[in-house]
Amino acid sequence: MTAIAPAETASRLEDQPGSDRPKAQKSPYPYWFLVPGGLIFTIFFLVPSVMAFYFSLTRWTLFDQEFIGLDNYVQFFREPALASGLWHTIVYAAVTSGLKVVLGMALAVLLTGPILGRGFMRSVAFFPVLVSTIGVGLTFQVLMHPTKGVINQALDLIGITGPAWLVDPDWALLSVALVDVWQGVGLATVIYMAGILSIPGEYFEAAKMDGAGPWHRFRHVTLPLAKPATVSVIILSLIGGMRKFDLIWAMTKGGPGFTSDVMASVVYKQYQAGFYGLSTAGNVVLFLLVIGIVLPLFWFFNRKEDPR
Amino acid sequence: MTTRTRPNHWLSALAIVLFAVVFLVPFAFIVLTAAKSQTESALLQFSWPTEWAFVQNLRDVVEARDYLLIIAFINSTILTVASVAVVVILAAMAAFVLQRRKGRWTSGLNLVVLSGLVIPPAVVPTIWVLQQTGLFKTMPGLILVEIAYAMAFCVLLFQAFIASVPRELDEAATIDGAGPVGLFFRVVFPLLRPIIVTIVVVQSVFIWNDFASPLYFLPGDENATVQLTLFTFQGQYTNAYNLLFMDILLVTVPPLIMFMIFQRQIVSGMVAGSVKG
Repeated sequence: MTAIAPAETASRLEDQPGSDRPKAQKSPYPYWFLVPGGLIFTIFFLVPSVMAFYFSLTRWTLFDQEFIGLDNYVQFFREPALASGLWHTIVYAAVTSGLKVVLGMALAVLLTGPILGRGFMRSVAFFPVLVSTIGVGLTFQVLMHPTKGVINQALDLIGITGPAWLVDPDWALLSVALVDVWQGVGLATVIYMAGILSIPGEYFEAAKMDGAGPWHRFRHVTLPLAKPATVSVIILSLIGGMRKFDLIWAMTKGGPGFTSDVMASVVYKQYQAGFYGLSTAGNVVLFLLVIGIVLPLFWFFNRKEDPR
Repeated sequence: MTTRTRPNHWLSALAIVLFAVVFLVPFAFIVLTAAKSQTESALLQFSWPTEWAFVQNLRDVVEARDYLLIIAFINSTILTVASVAVVVILAAMAAFVLQRRKGRWTSGLNLVVLSGLVIPPAVVPTIWVLQQTGLFKTMPGLILVEIAYAMAFCVLLFQAFIASVPRELDEAATIDGAGPVGLFFRVVFPLLRPIIVTIVVVQSVFIWNDFASPLYFLPGDENATVQLTLFTFQGQYTNAYNLLFMDILLVTVPPLIMFMIFQRQIVSGMVAGSVKG
């Protein structure tokens, strides 16, 4: 159930004989089974995605549209308030993804090690994944209150003056990213746990025999063999991070100023303001960003995994 | 690798305390604040309530804004149940054919399905489609959009599972005279039970928690969903933190129940889904 990832190409070859059966006989696998689901997917997902390229070239009010070429894109990149959203999106995705990899790995190593209360800790860390992101955002908005918030009160106790978190322009984006990590690290942890538990125990034994200490066992056994898990966590959290909207909207609405605006919140703001063409251009930029980052990663990781 | 080494008690205790502080304190804060009086909750402290106003707060939240919360719960339930029920059946049918018929055609389609996991949905053009079809600001419209967004994830999980259902079964049923529909719904579909449970649970939680789609495609108070009311609640009752946190608590209860019953399926489903994607 766990490691079913990149075997796609291999299984296609194995299944080839099945499709060579006599065509005259009616197949028990009729293509019309694809129609109802495919129709909904096409109309409400694929068509809008394709149409977005056209609409992003128009001045558009949903009722009439005027073709204006690349003006929306020009405006997007010229206005710092909009263009900075692109940069923030990249920072946000990189920070959340990096922290989820490091912390997820660390927690998974801890929870697969010689330790009591493993089930409890796994449940506790995973539950936030399932909680309403809006609820999490509003809760942390209160916990991160600059003076009265529980987090800064606790930091005061150990003599640290905490930052103003969400109301400090330098910290706002990072604060939301930290909450994102808090909420999502449980998923990264269970992905890593599945990856680590699928490593045969003999490898650790053998390394131990050869005199490898815990650090070496981690560095040369766990880390390379858990690579598929790392790939999943990176790609998943990059995609999630770049598309993030609800948490940021609940916590800062892109503020203070535009310091925590990301692509998804820019898209929403322009939509609210009635600039549908510009909003859609933002959507296309986000689309290109996601594709531009994820496709090379896919290609890179799959290529390096082949020789086995 | 774990069985031979003795559990480290100090490390265990430290880890448990750390996990509890980091992951449980925010939830404890929600519960405690939801039980406080308004003035006490405004202090934003992590403390035991001096007077328990839990029931009173519960009543106030439910009654607020003409029982909007009840409407929102009903709407969210309709949205979740309808979307999940439809997507499970349609995705299973599609995955069955995609898995059984391997070829140039279907592998192309698989790429399209995969794109559904990666591409950020184009929101305003989706509104345009909904308007053209007369479904904008309607519950059926939102349900169809949720189905479309959930389709890719479900098809991929179903495909992986159907690969483990032996083809001989299909052949036997076909020889016994079952048509494609009979074969699928009478023979194959019942065998998919484990993965259906996983998908139902995971997708229910996703759709229940979805904020952006209702925000764009089903605006307006009369159609409110729980996530939207939670968000607007904050704007309208700025200082009533006790009521805000009671609202958060109520919205969190359904996923919590799901989690307590189906923890194993949720974890395995989300791991499989993410590894696949």
